[in-house]
Amino acid sequence: MSLVRSHVLVCGGTGCTASGSLSIEDKFKECLEKFDLVNEVDIVKTGCFGLCEAGPIVVVYPEGAFYSSVKADDIERITEEHLLKGRIVKDLLFKEAIEENVIKSVDEVKFYKRQKRIALKNCGVINPEVIDEYIAYDGYRALGKVLTEMSQQDVIDEIKRSGLRGRGGGGFPSGLKWQFTKNATGDVKYVACNADEGDPGAFMDRSVLEGDPHAVIEAMAIAAYAIGASEGFVYIRAEYPIAVNRLEIAIEQAKEYGLLGDNIFGTDFSFDLQIRLGAGAFVCGEETALIESIEGRRGMPRPRPPFPANKGIWQKPTLLNNVETYANIPQIILKGSEWFSSIGTEKSTGTKVFALGGKINNTGLVEIPMGTTLRDVIFEIGGGIPKGKAFKAVQTGGPSGGCLTEAQLDEEISYDNLVSLGSMMGSGGMIVMDEDNCMVDVARFFLDFTVDESCGKCTPCREGTKRMLEILDKICQGKAEMEDLNRLDSLANMIKDSALCGLGQTAPNPVLSTIEHLDMKYVEHITDKKCTAGVCQDLLQIKITDDCIGCTACKNVCPVDCISGERKSLHEIDQNECIKCGACIDKCPVNAIIKE
Amino acid sequence: MKSLDELTKIREKAQKKVSTRNSGKKIRIVVGMATCGISAGARPVLNTLVEEVNKRDLQDIEVTQTGCIGVCRLEPIFEVYQNGEKVTYVNMDPKKAKEVIVNHIVNGNVVSEYTIGASEE
Repeated sequence: MSLVRSHVLVCGGTGCTASGSLSIEDKFKECLEKFDLVNEVDIVKTGCFGLCEAGPIVVVYPEGAFYSSVKADDIERITEEHLLKGRIVKDLLFKEAIEENVIKSVDEVKFYKRQKRIALKNCGVINPEVIDEYIAYDGYRALGKVLTEMSQQDVIDEIKRSGLRGRGGGGFPSGLKWQFTKNATGDVKYVACNADEGDPGAFMDRSVLEGDPHAVIEAMAIAAYAIGASEGFVYIRAEYPIAVNRLEIAIEQAKEYGLLGDNIFGTDFSFDLQIRLGAGAFVCGEETALIESIEGRRGMPRPRPPFPANKGIWQKPTLLNNVETYANIPQIILKGSEWFSSIGTEKSTGTKVFALGGKINNTGLVEIPMGTTLRDVIFEIGGGIPKGKAFKAVQTGGPSGGCLTEAQLDEEISYDNLVSLGSMMGSGGMIVMDEDNCMVDVARFFLDFTVDESCGKCTPCREGTKRMLEILDKICQGKAEMEDLNRLDSLANMIKDSALCGLGQTAPNPVLSTIEHLDMKYVEHITDKKCTAGVCQDLLQIKITDDCIGCTACKNVCPVDCISGERKSLHEIDQNECIKCGACIDKCPVNAIIKE
Repeated sequence: MKSLDELTKIREKAQKKVSTRNSGKKIRIVVGMATCGISAGARPVLNTLVEEVNKRDLQDIEVTQTGCIGVCRLEPIFEVYQNGEKVTYVNMDPKKAKEVIVNHIVNGNVVSEYTIGASEE
């Protein structure tokens, strides 16, 4: 009989692994030996808890005690105090998990309380490397239900009724996509999963695969049954080694249990799944480029139509969905389309996972019902802007999306609403910017990314984005004229209308949305030659004011020796030599050096 | 996997293993596990409680531990919280703990003779 009375969940997501959670796991094992608790306490390595900012994260059940930023040196104390003597170590708890000396369990913390977890349901709850744990939380029941009780059309109708839309960014109704692929003529059909998550700062799909890989496998099997396929591919970037590894383990375990393979649940349905590793090109997240890459060719988009539903992998009808889309499927089957469509808004049902990053306190992963306002996500769940700085803008949708400002904070998050505001849902990156960020520079950053990642097949994207970047460089250097801004605008619109694939068509979005919402910043750079955020170095001057006491501290720290002046007299910076590194500003004891 | 029954069996077995991870259960049994409790023999009591709950497949019960409850001379102590009420059992041992599970938790009859009230008389 098992005597286990306590479970210690250690986050094994990429974020926490990077901050040392593996050594924490080892240390726990060591300490359990030491205190003779091996038979009473289980260590469980889970997927991402979402609050990566506070990692490495350890949660101890049954209390649900939420320890954050845990270090290997803390483990002995947690083991002795909490696991042996039952005293929660208060000073190691997450700061919000303890209020006026009352300890709150993990689900009562504000960061989690406002969330609604469907796609991330099992992340941070189960050990992703143990199939039994997934099964304990209703895993593979949806597949069983589909295979034994539902017809192919029943499944598709259920997905259609749920209103689920593609979580990869486009927001195309998933049920329709499934219907098209089922209706397509062809003896062989494929299902594929797009796990080529490439937006800078986005890691939703990685976390689902790391925390709950079986959910994706189960959903792909359901999809395969619905459209009449017996083979599937997961296209995942090799830069996600933990996710790849857990997916491999999961596929292996599913095969052992006969949940992949021939005659699943004793029916005629057979399904097999393979992994294809991508080399990390952003364009391979575009569906037709992804298909080219699976076939072993260079990842370049094909013109559409024909759409993958008719001619996909090896010209066979192919159903391609994103990881997060798949992760919703088993829940929809089990709890019904009505339940799912009751969450969110009328046209954007369910939830969406966002990766919060940039200037925000709770960096990490959140899953919220559609229709939540940007303000709620950033200030309530995200905990607001660090150091009391002012909010300037939020970038959604990665390099394909746009920037939204203070005026749009109370807008609801939904596919159509974000598009109408000039941004998009995208795969779910949400980068928050404060007063220190220069919006022109941000637009330039994203464009720089798309210029690098353009595959070069079509001219508008290959040449156009490069020219846009040149204009932006000019603006940031203070060499542009107002005419350049008009040129930038018309070029952006031209690329949007004429590029071959989604990458090119959306590449101008960061520029267009910042021009729309923050055109004053561009004008300021062009006419006043000023960057008020103090980011664009060519437009800055570092000056020494009369407050200088002549201590020579700045002179000594300057890496290019451009500060002159005698001891106890006013110093001066040679503007031609200055590289604007700011070292003198930090060093000055009387704050006499300013940036303007 | 040949049938739904097979899946259900695996699921039921696996659920027992992970039930520790659901907080917010109806009945909480809290065992005093400070130095005083441990030296008086609280660990076998705690382990018995966990074992009994598992063996009898009792649902909605959380067995957890706490620090010093304050009356060290009466350790091992555990408290049963249910519907906002608390019953404190003192001078426990594995055998008595089993009795409490059977009478109090399963059948709903507080074992008065083991409570702190009885020990004070």
